[in-house]
Amino acid sequence: MHEYSIVQSLYDAVMVNAGGRGAGTVQEVRVRIGELSGVDVGLLDTAWRTFRVRTPCEAADMFVEVVPASWECPACRCAAPRTGIRRCRTCGGPLHLAQGDEILLDQIVMEVP
Amino acid sequence: MCDSCGCGDTQLVPLEVQQRILSDNDRTAAHNRHHFSERALLAINVMGSPGAGKTAILEATATALEGRRLIGALAGDLATENDANRLKAAGIRATSITTGSACHLDAGMVHHALHHGPWSDLDYLFIENVGNLVCPAVYDLGQAANVVVLAVTEGEDKPLKYPVMFRKADLVLISKVDLLPHLPDISIDRIVASLQQVMPEPDYIAVSARTGQGITQWVRWLNEQEARVAPAHYNDTTGRAHV
Repeated sequence: MHEYSIVQSLYDAVMVNAGGRGAGTVQEVRVRIGELSGVDVGLLDTAWRTFRVRTPCEAADMFVEVVPASWECPACRCAAPRTGIRRCRTCGGPLHLAQGDEILLDQIVMEVP
Repeated sequence: MCDSCGCGDTQLVPLEVQQRILSDNDRTAAHNRHHFSERALLAINVMGSPGAGKTAILEATATALEGRRLIGALAGDLATENDANRLKAAGIRATSITTGSACHLDAGMVHHALHHGPWSDLDYLFIENVGNLVCPAVYDLGQAANVVVLAVTEGEDKPLKYPVMFRKADLVLISKVDLLPHLPDISIDRIVASLQQVMPEPDYIAVSARTGQGITQWVRWLNEQEARVAPAHYNDTTGRAHV
């Protein structure tokens, strides 16, 4: 249940960014979560709905873009299948996770005077 | 709000942020790493399920090192100081981090613990994370390497069920191998086959804290990691790092 801890950090990041622009309230929060980030999107949403109550983010829904994991060979630059041994089928070298471990705050939509 | 022209109306404004949500933790981890590097201290994040044998392996490590390295440990647990007490009895300078309900250690907890105990003369610092194969993998603590302890009793497909944890491991210690004669359905080869499906470069050692099997190899691996923190300043004559 580290999702509550992540939401605490998310809320802090949102408030720093919104506060810096003189925002009154936050209306939307958009995040990007990788399939192999170790974050459960459902739990993250539940944690956000719990956390935002009686804060300037109370009306802000969280929109999550889930990034699928994709692997590639850094030597051959070829894409690799999602499952199976994590070695390149062409050269035998170790694969690299090209995407799928993101835990990012992408965008906020805020109400400003 | 003005009825004539709308002046004073609020407006909705999008703001592109593109920021890692755990950037505060990452900054603290970088700060910890800087301290470790300054002191040529090898910090290892030891992770694994509850009961995988993390504490027992650290006890065996202290015995095998025979005082050749000064070692310390931060023992993360939800409750009790049992692990820290066991490590102290084994000659390790151990401090407990009692997390309450938190299922993992973060960089701030490690930093706070370091401020409350002498550590700067240590050669190795083991950060024994909370027993959990999910949450600890998400947080950088400032360590030089991640070690995951996987007991043979946990099942051969554990790496497939917890790919995030095992993908981040620099080394997997397959523990309790002295029990293999009693576990006819478990094979090390099948555990390694699972590791190969989640780790591009699986590195593992089969160990038993009870019999000592593999502990010499594990200590050798630790010695090799010293180059990660003090490549230019390591003194081979004394076997002690200095800056």
